[in-house]
Amino acid sequence: MIDNIPLRRRYAGCVLLIAFGLALAATAHAKDSGKVFVSSEKDNALTVIDAKTMVVTGVIKTCKRPRHMKLIEGNTKLMVACGDSNKADIIDVASGKSVARIAFGDDPEVFDLSLDGKTAYLSAEDEGALTIVDVATGKSLKSVPVGKEPEGVLTSPDGKRVYVTSEVANMIHVVDPVAGTVIKNIAVGKRPRRMILAADGAELWVTNELGSSVSIVSTKDLNVIETIKFEIKGMRADDISPVGIALAPDGKTAFVGLGRANHVAWVDVASRKVTNTVLVGKRAWYVALTRDGSRMFVANGLSDDVTVVDVAAVKALKSIPVGRVPYGVVIDD
Amino acid sequence: MTDRLRTSRRVALGLLLSLTAALAQAVPLLIGVITRADDDRLEPKRVELAYLGQPGGPLRSGIDVAIGESQFELDAAKLQVKVEAVEATSADDAKAQAARLEKAGAAALVTDLPTAWTQAAAAATKLPLLNAGNADNLLREQGCRANLFHTLPSERMFSDALAQTLTARKWSRVLLLTGPEPEDIARSAVVQASIKRYGLKLVAQRPFKMSADPRERDLANPLLLTGNTDYDAVWVVDTDGEFARALPYRTALPRPVVGNGGLMAEAWAPRFERFGAPQLAKRFQKAQQRPMTGIDWAAWQAAKAIIQAALTAPPAKLMQTMNGADFTLDGFKGSRLSFRPWDRQLRQPLLMTDGQGVISLAPVDGILHPKNVLDTLGADAPEKLCKAAS
Repeated sequence: MIDNIPLRRRYAGCVLLIAFGLALAATAHAKDSGKVFVSSEKDNALTVIDAKTMVVTGVIKTCKRPRHMKLIEGNTKLMVACGDSNKADIIDVASGKSVARIAFGDDPEVFDLSLDGKTAYLSAEDEGALTIVDVATGKSLKSVPVGKEPEGVLTSPDGKRVYVTSEVANMIHVVDPVAGTVIKNIAVGKRPRRMILAADGAELWVTNELGSSVSIVSTKDLNVIETIKFEIKGMRADDISPVGIALAPDGKTAFVGLGRANHVAWVDVASRKVTNTVLVGKRAWYVALTRDGSRMFVANGLSDDVTVVDVAAVKALKSIPVGRVPYGVVIDD
Repeated sequence: MTDRLRTSRRVALGLLLSLTAALAQAVPLLIGVITRADDDRLEPKRVELAYLGQPGGPLRSGIDVAIGESQFELDAAKLQVKVEAVEATSADDAKAQAARLEKAGAAALVTDLPTAWTQAAAAATKLPLLNAGNADNLLREQGCRANLFHTLPSERMFSDALAQTLTARKWSRVLLLTGPEPEDIARSAVVQASIKRYGLKLVAQRPFKMSADPRERDLANPLLLTGNTDYDAVWVVDTDGEFARALPYRTALPRPVVGNGGLMAEAWAPRFERFGAPQLAKRFQKAQQRPMTGIDWAAWQAAKAIIQAALTAPPAKLMQTMNGADFTLDGFKGSRLSFRPWDRQLRQPLLMTDGQGVISLAPVDGILHPKNVLDTLGADAPEKLCKAAS
């Protein structure tokens, strides 16, 4: 593509076209850029790491207290929720520049999107509500009261439900996003944080930070069907504080960041058994996998670094210093 | 006919169900609150001074915030929390109030009372009594009771936390300054025990006094009090707070001040940034229009403990539930908190603060304990200081 640009310049000789060509180049590069973005709660910035070389390649300034992030628009843009700015920053993945900022409720922490990407569902931590925002205009459409300190937000694959955890009420709220009502409250463990869907969507897994466990909810019956407790040799039960969770691309293994136990656990989805653990940094709390599932990036909230783990070898490869209080990790590969 | 019968039966059943539902909606949970009448610590002029470790407002504030933030769960469980707050004028009155609240149907009591009053109130009732305002070790040791719980840390926990912090910093030579009040002398003894426990060296101990007698003026002179010896830190014991507040930056040697001035150990600090603490701090500030103090946190945590126990078990079993090995609380301090079975003191991390921010936490990194590192703060099980088993 880079080689093409002089060609374009020679034949077209038109500034507009050059700009167009550059834009094209940018878009093409945005796909699979190999960039790993790490939001840092205290620095109003994202640290960018090259996924292959595991080296920090830059820092992107963003809005205040960036936390949860998501790739949007075919992975060309990164949407970042900023708790202290009440905004979402839209960052162009290729250029690393902010292209738009939209109003994003009040103290947004975690968000998910509707299937068409037009609506965002976000946990408004201060309000104790799930705020529904129109992404195009930033307008708050609805606010659904839930338990205090809502945290994890997950849209169901059919888009008809939004699952929200409340850290204070110790519940998952099942919300109908169209009606704007809570369909069901499911009591789970203490301080529920993040969720994934497992077993082809039949199970909702939620980490309980102070319950030292993962609750498994049947998405059909909306009740807890199993609770996985964690034990790590040499670690106190009270230090096991699961937060981050990610599912392997084959759906067979869930990876759980165990917080102050400083480990990530491999959980076999079918048998619920912990099959492996790896020592990472301090307060390991956000877990992200590369698309092929070969590498895992773990944000360590207390040691201000990200640990890269070789999943097949069950081995930590490197810890990379990032901004202060890393929160989330997004990999564009 | 059969259809009609069925319908009327269905209607009757429906009525019955809705009646039960209505009844179920009205399950009350009464929390009794007993505080001291004419509390000097709450005089507006005193509160304005905002000394750390001292109350910032009524005990009720923390309890109200706890109920407010639990509303979603309470509604779901159809529990209706009510608070009856009373004031006691003496130990005997505290006793009578506790008995009266029990008769009125209270499920648990939360108190901030002087030591003897707390003991009298706890002795007058079978209800769990949660002490949220008195740090006296005696209530956790020889004066403990099976129904007496503590969410506020003990004096010993505060001084152990500071001693650990000094140990971690390797500021091991301590100059101890102690005020003239009986409470100062008592606290100083606890501090000296902590200094010894953590292998710190007591370089010298000197009394200070803010006095009306001009001949005693030297007793409040920071330069004289901190001169003529070398030390790594000055530990000041001042239950009043005025002398300690003005001690930092006035010592003869350029050394940090800790204790009741400078760096202090607290149950809570309003600008703590970790573990969801800012949300709790904001909720409290918004509802009460003032920052959350350590005693506010203890009151909030006491109400949360009662509510959490009531959500899992019938009111008659509250105490059993709170004593349960698996009963853990979320105090927004990053660890699971629970009541120690040997003295029913809530084990918890403490925040080291200079009144502006939170500098560090205790237990400090590297301190070890065979079971739970939180039990390095305060009286541990093998000491067997409380004879009243739960």
